[in-house]
Amino acid sequence: MQGKENHVPLFHITKRTDVPWYKVWIIRGIAILLALLACALVCGTATGINPLEVYASIFQGAFGSVRKTWVTLQNTAILLCIALALTPAFKMHFWNIGGEGQVLIGALASAACMIYFGAGLPNWLLILVTALCAIAAGAFWGFIPALFKARFNTNETLFTLMMNYVATQLVAYFVIVWEVPKGSGKVGIINQATEAGWLPQIAGQKYLLNILVVAALTIFIFIYLKYSKHGYEIAVVGESERTAEYIGISVRRVIVRTMLLSGALCGITGFLLVSGTDHTITTTLAAGRGFTGVMVSWLSKFNPLWMILTSLFLVFFDRGASEISTQFALNQSFSDIITGIILFFIIGSEFFVSYRIQFRHKEPAAAEAKGKEDEHV
Amino acid sequence: MKKFLAVLLALAMVFALAACGSGQQTPESTAAASDNGASNIKVGFIFLHDENSTYDLNFMNGAKEAAAALGLSDDQVMMKTNIPEGQECYEAAADLADAGCNIIFADSFGHEDYMIQAAKEYPDVQFCHSTGTKAHTEGLANYHNAFASIYEGRYLAGIAAGMKLNEMIENGEFTADEAKMGYVGAFTYAEVISGYTSFFLGARSVCPTVTMDVTFTGSWYDETAEKEAANTLIAGGCKLISQHADSMGAPTACESAGVPDVSYNGSTVDSCPNTFIVSSRIDWAPYYEYAITCVLNGEAIDTDWTGSLETGSVLLTEVNTKAAAAGTEEALQAAEEKLKSGELHVFDTSTFTVNGKPLTTFMADVDTDAAYTPDTEAISDGYFHESEYRSAPYFTVPIDGINLLDTKS
Repeated sequence: MQGKENHVPLFHITKRTDVPWYKVWIIRGIAILLALLACALVCGTATGINPLEVYASIFQGAFGSVRKTWVTLQNTAILLCIALALTPAFKMHFWNIGGEGQVLIGALASAACMIYFGAGLPNWLLILVTALCAIAAGAFWGFIPALFKARFNTNETLFTLMMNYVATQLVAYFVIVWEVPKGSGKVGIINQATEAGWLPQIAGQKYLLNILVVAALTIFIFIYLKYSKHGYEIAVVGESERTAEYIGISVRRVIVRTMLLSGALCGITGFLLVSGTDHTITTTLAAGRGFTGVMVSWLSKFNPLWMILTSLFLVFFDRGASEISTQFALNQSFSDIITGIILFFIIGSEFFVSYRIQFRHKEPAAAEAKGKEDEHV
Repeated sequence: MKKFLAVLLALAMVFALAACGSGQQTPESTAAASDNGASNIKVGFIFLHDENSTYDLNFMNGAKEAAAALGLSDDQVMMKTNIPEGQECYEAAADLADAGCNIIFADSFGHEDYMIQAAKEYPDVQFCHSTGTKAHTEGLANYHNAFASIYEGRYLAGIAAGMKLNEMIENGEFTADEAKMGYVGAFTYAEVISGYTSFFLGARSVCPTVTMDVTFTGSWYDETAEKEAANTLIAGGCKLISQHADSMGAPTACESAGVPDVSYNGSTVDSCPNTFIVSSRIDWAPYYEYAITCVLNGEAIDTDWTGSLETGSVLLTEVNTKAAAAGTEEALQAAEEKLKSGELHVFDTSTFTVNGKPLTTFMADVDTDAAYTPDTEAISDGYFHESEYRSAPYFTVPIDGINLLDTKS
C-alpha cells in the first residue's frame, strides 16, 4: 500500500568501522550464551539429560584433573602452532590449506630420523637432526606450491590441498615399510625401550616442553608480523600486490619466503607430535587440525595472541565433548552436534562484529509489524 | 595490551585453581578402589571407534555382558570410545587409572604400545590388551594379552562353505574343477593369513578340488574397497566369498550378485537374507569375566589368554538354512566336537603342502621385533601349533591352493 513512495528498505547493512575491542567480545559472549542455550534445548529435548550436568561434564573433561588440564594445554599448543604457521600465509592472502600435509611430512621426517639414526647418534644430536629434518621437510612442502604460485600463478588453494593427499599417501607407504609386526600396518611406539629421539621431560611433565616451544613461537610470530620488515611486506602484499611492486617489494620473493616459514612451522608441529608426544607415525596424526587451524587463524583475525584463546576454546569443547560420551554413554555424534552448534554461533557472530544492521525508522504501528519480521533475520 | 594480559592472567589462574581443586580427588578415589570386592571394583574400557563399527560393537557387547554377569553397576564401568591408536590411548588409559579403575581393557591392535606405557606407570592397575603380541616378552606383571582360537571358528565356517560348493556342483551350476572361493582380507597380517588359511582348509576338508583367490584392501574398514574387492573376485570366477574386514562391503556385494557369503564378526542375515550362510566371531565376554574375576580374587591374570570353543570365546552364528547346504548344522556340530576333543587339528600338516611338499618345520615370528626374526618352531606332533606360544595368531605359511592376487610374498 505504502510501497510506492517508500523506497527505504526494511533494514540495511553497514560495515562497522572502528568497533572497540570490548564490544567485539560482548557480541561474541552473547553468541556463546545463545549457543549454550540452543545446546541446552537440543540436549533437553533429544536426550532428557540436564544440560547443566552436561556443561559441568564438559568442563570436567577439559580441566577435571591435573592430567586432563595438561592434555588440554598440550592439544591447545599443537592447534595453536598450526594456526600460527598458517597465519603469515593468510595475511599475505595466500590460502594455505595444506597445513595437514605440511605437518604430516614434518612428522614423517621426524619418524624417519628416529628410526634410522636412533641407534647411532647421541640423543641431543639425534633430537637436533630430527628437528632440522622436520623443519626442512615442512618448509619444502610449503615451498612447492609457493614456487608454482610465484612462477606460474597457479591456484594455491587447490595446490596446497592436493599436497595434503600426497603427504598422506607417502606416510601410508612408509607405515608399511616400518610396520611392526609384519603385515599389521602399524608402526607402534618408535624406540620405546631406548627412548632415543624423544624430547626430554621438563620437571617430570610430558607436555611442558611442547607448550613452552609453542609459547615462544607465538611471541616470535607476533613480533614478526607486527614489528619486522618482513611482516610489513607480508601485509602490503596481502593488501595489494601492485602497491607492493610499486614500492619495490618483490612479490615473488615474499610469497616464497613466507611459505617457507609457514611450512617450516608446520614441520615443527609434526616434530613436536612425533618426538614430543605420540612417538609414532600414522596417516591420522594431524587429525584434521591442519584445517581447524585455518578457523583458529581467521576467528582470531590473524592475531597470534587471540589465537591462544581461540584454540584453547576449541580444544576445551573437543575434550569436553569426548567426556560427555563417557559420562552419559552418549554417542560421539552428540558431542559433534554440540560442537557444531557452538561453532555455528561463533562464526555467525563474526557477521555482527563486522556489520551493523540498521532498521528503517517508521511510525510505531508499522515499525512494530516490521519488528516481528526482523526477529527472523 | 595490558588489559589483554590481565584477562589472560585471570584465565590462567582460574584454570590453575580448577586443576588443583579436582586434583585432590584422585588419591581419594584410588584409595577407595584398592579395597577388593565386587562393589568396590572399577573397570575401564578403551575402544577404537563406537558402536557404529561392527568390530568395536562386538567388544562393547562383550563388555556389557561381562559387567552384567558380574553384577557391576553402571558407575563401576567406564567406557571411552573413539580413542585413536596414538598418545590419546595412553592418555585415556592413564585417565581411567586416575579415575580409580583397577583393570583397564583396550580393543585395538595399535593401542598396545600405549597400554604398555601406561602399565609401566601404574603398576597397581591391570592392563589387558586384546589382539596384542608383546605381553609375553615385556615382562610386566600387570600387562596382559588376549585373543581367541578364531582359526577354529574359521575352519568350521569353511566346512559350511565347502558343503555349499558341493551342493552347487551337484546342482550342475559349475564343475568340481571350477570350485573357486574368493576372500577379501584387510592386511597381509598373520591374523588374516591364519584366518583365510583355516577357512580354506575347512572348505577343502569337504570339497577336495576347491581353490581360493585372496585380495587385500589395506584397511580394516573401507566399505567401498571391500565391495570393489568382492566384485572383482566374483568377476574372476569365484563362486563363494568370505571376508576378514569390518564393513558390510563384501556381504552386500554378494547379496546383489547372488553369490553365497560366509561372514565375520556377526550375522549379516538381516541385510543379506539370500546369500548369508554362517559367520564366525569372537565373544569377548568370557575373557572380560575371567580377567575381572581375577582382580576381584586378587589372583594373577594370564600373560597370554587364548579363548577357545570350550571357553565359549569362539562362536558360530546360526546357520541361515535358506542359503546353506542341507545338513550343514549337523556337520558343523560333528567337526566342533572333534576339534574340542583334539582328534582334529586345523593346521594338520598332512592336509596341506607348500610348493608341492609337506611341511615339517616352520619357524614363526612369535616374539615381535622390528626385523621380523623367526624365533619359534611351531610344528610338532604333526600339526602347526597356532595361538599356543602367544595368544595372537602367528601362522604365516603360504600353502598351495591359495592364490594371492596382489602380493608377491
